[in-house]
Amino acid sequence: MTSRIVITGLNHRSAPVEVRERLAFPADTIGHALRALVESDGISEGVILSTCNRVEVCVLAEEGYRGDEAVRRFLASFHGMTPAELQPYLYHRSGDEAVRHLFRVASSLDSMVLGEPQILGQVKDAYGYAAEFKAIGPILDKFFTKAFSAAKRVRTETRVANSAVSVSYAAVELAKKIMGDLSDNTVMLIGAGEMCELAARHLLNAGARGILVTNRTFERAVRLAEEFDGTPVRFEELTTHLKRADIVLSSTGSPRFILKRDDIADVLRVRKNRPMFFIDMAVPRDIDPDANQIDNVYVYDIDDLNNVIETNLEERQREAAKAEEIVAAEADSFRKWLEAQQVTPTIVSLRRKYEEIKAAEVGKALAALGEADPKTRQVVESLASSLLNKVLHSPIASLKRDCEEHSPAQRIAVVREVFDLPEEGEEEEGDAAQGGDDGRA
Amino acid sequence: MQIALLKATALIYLVGTVLYLYFILSLNERGARLGRMFLAIGAVLHGAAFVARYVAAGYTPITSLFESLSFSAFAIVCVFLAFELRYNLRVLGAFVAPLAFLFSLSTVFLPAEVRTLPPALDSNWLPVHVLLLFFGNAVFAVAFAAGIMYLLMERELKRKRMGAVFKRLPSLDVLDGINYRCLQIGFPLLTLGIITGSIWAEFAWGSYWSWDPKEVWSLITWFLYAALLHGRMTVGWRGRKAAILAIVGFCAILFTFLGVNLLLPGLHTYSNLSG
Repeated sequence: MTSRIVITGLNHRSAPVEVRERLAFPADTIGHALRALVESDGISEGVILSTCNRVEVCVLAEEGYRGDEAVRRFLASFHGMTPAELQPYLYHRSGDEAVRHLFRVASSLDSMVLGEPQILGQVKDAYGYAAEFKAIGPILDKFFTKAFSAAKRVRTETRVANSAVSVSYAAVELAKKIMGDLSDNTVMLIGAGEMCELAARHLLNAGARGILVTNRTFERAVRLAEEFDGTPVRFEELTTHLKRADIVLSSTGSPRFILKRDDIADVLRVRKNRPMFFIDMAVPRDIDPDANQIDNVYVYDIDDLNNVIETNLEERQREAAKAEEIVAAEADSFRKWLEAQQVTPTIVSLRRKYEEIKAAEVGKALAALGEADPKTRQVVESLASSLLNKVLHSPIASLKRDCEEHSPAQRIAVVREVFDLPEEGEEEEGDAAQGGDDGRA
Repeated sequence: MQIALLKATALIYLVGTVLYLYFILSLNERGARLGRMFLAIGAVLHGAAFVARYVAAGYTPITSLFESLSFSAFAIVCVFLAFELRYNLRVLGAFVAPLAFLFSLSTVFLPAEVRTLPPALDSNWLPVHVLLLFFGNAVFAVAFAAGIMYLLMERELKRKRMGAVFKRLPSLDVLDGINYRCLQIGFPLLTLGIITGSIWAEFAWGSYWSWDPKEVWSLITWFLYAALLHGRMTVGWRGRKAAILAIVGFCAILFTFLGVNLLLPGLHTYSNLSG
C-alpha cells in the first residue's frame, strides 16, 4: 500500500520537437500502449498524456519499485529507441512533486503559453483513455479527479486565462468589446498577410457574419475569398465597398496610407455612424492613425495590439502566483487523502486483531463467571471495549497524524512491527475501499 | 409597520450594494448573483411596504419628498431587474444598488408619517401621472448608468490602454443598445406623464399649462430626449453622443425632480424637505 505516484515524461522545455514527435502516442495506439504499460513490472495503474507539447506517463509504482525505470523502458521499447537515447530528454517527478506537477499541468501553469485553455481537455482525454482501457485504479482516479478540480478552481478564482495573448486573439477580443457578439458584423480583408488571415479566421470562428476580400491583384482576392467562403472585391472599388465592412483587417505593401482620415469619415457618414474597427497590420501603415479620433472609429496598428498583449501577459504572470497557491493547497489536501489511504488498511487490521482478542477474552471471563446475570455480562463487555479503545487510541492517532518527520510508510512499519500485524499482502482486498473515508482530513 | 419594512428594505439594498462592489472588485460571479438576489428580495419587500402604505393612507403614496425618493428606489430596482433579465448586465447592479440604498436612506432621515392629502392631490389622476413619470425616470436612470459605462469603456478603447474597466464592462454595442432601448421605453412614459399631468392640471388648477417651474423643467427634459430620439432615428446619433445626451437628460430629470422641489417654489411644491 505504500506505493508511489510517479510521473515521467518530456515537454517543450526538455525536448526538441523532433523528439516529442517521435514519442507522441497517436489516439489509435493509446489503448495498446496503456495495456503494455500496466503489464510492466511494479506498475499497478497508469495514464498516458500525449499532446504536441508534452508526453507524460503517470503511474502508480508498487512498493519496492521506483517506477521511472519501468516507464523509461516502456517508452523506449514502444517507440523503438533505447532507454539511454531517451534519458537526456526525460524528467521524473514522484510523490508530492508529482502531485504538484500534474495539478500545475492541468491548470495550464506549465504550458508554453501560460493559461492556454486546451490542456485541461487533453488531460481529461488522457484520463478518459485510461478509464476506457482499465489502466486506472482508485488512487490515480482520485488523483486525476483532484487535478481537474484544482484546474477548475484556478480557472474560476484567478484570471490566469482571461485575456488574449496573441495578436489575432487580441483582435477578436477588442472587436467583441466594440461590436458585441459579432453576429451582425462583416469583416474585410485588405491585402494578404499571414497574421491578417489568421485574425480573419479567428473573427469568423468567433461568429462574424461574412468576409469581403480585396487585393491589388484581383485573382489573388478571388482565390483567398474562395478559401474563406467570402466575396472578392476589386481593389479600385475598395472605398465603395468599405461601407459594408465593420471590421477591417489590412496589410498591404503600400508605402503610404490607403485609407485617409477623411475617407473614413465619409464612409462613417454613409453608415450612419455604425462603428468601425480597423486593424492595421502593415508596416508602413495602411490606415491613417488619426482616424482613431473620429467617433465610433477605432484604429489599432500592430504596436497597439502588441501592447495589449503585453499588458495581458503581465496580468497572467501576476495571476499565476495566485494560481500556484491554489495548486499548493489542493496538492496538500490530496496528499492527506493519500496518506489516509495508506494507513487505513493498517488501522483496520489493528482493530480486527484486537477485536478478536477481546471477543476471546470476554468469552473466557464469562465462562469463568458461570451463570452471570445480564448486568454482570454488560459490565464485563463494556470493560473490555473501553480498555481496547483506550489502548488502541494512541497507535491509531499516530498513524493518522499529519507528521513531518516520519512518512506514513515509516509510521505504518512501526505500528505493524510493535503490534505484530500480518504482512499487508495477506489481507483481503476489500479493506482499503471500505475504509476509504476514514482518515480524510 | 410599513416604516419598519422600508428600513429593512434599505438594509437589504445595502447588502446588495456591498455584494455588487465585491463583484466589481473581485469579478467573482457569485457576488453578482447574490447581489441580484438581494435586490429582488428588497424589491418584493419594498413593493409590500408600498401597498401597506397605500392601504394605510388611502391614496397612492407618492406625494411627499420621502415617498418620492422611496418610490424612485423601488422603480429603479424593478427596471434594473427587468433589464438584467434581458441583457444579463451584472455591472449595472453596481450602479443601481448604491442608488437604491441612498434613496432608501430617506426613510431614516425624512419625516415619514402618513399625512392628510392636500385637496388638489386627491384625484384619480395622481397614480396615473406619477407612476408614468417615476417609471420613466427609472428607465432614464438606467440609460444614465449605461451612458457613463459607455464613456468609460470608449475611453479605454480609444486610448488603447485596457485596464480594470475593460474586463468589467459589456461591449459598446450592448451599452449603446441599452441607451436606445431605454429611450424607446422612457420617452413615451415621459410624454404620457406630461400629458396626463396637463389634463389633471386643467381639472385641479383650471389650466392645462401654467409655466410652473416643474412644468418648465419637464419640458426641457422632454426636448432633450426628443432631440436624442430624433437624432438617433434620422442621422444616426449613437455611441458617445447618445451617451452624453442620456447623461445630460438624466441630470435634467434630477433637477426637475429634486432641484425644483427644493429650490424653486411653484404649484408642484408638495414634496419639499418639510413634507
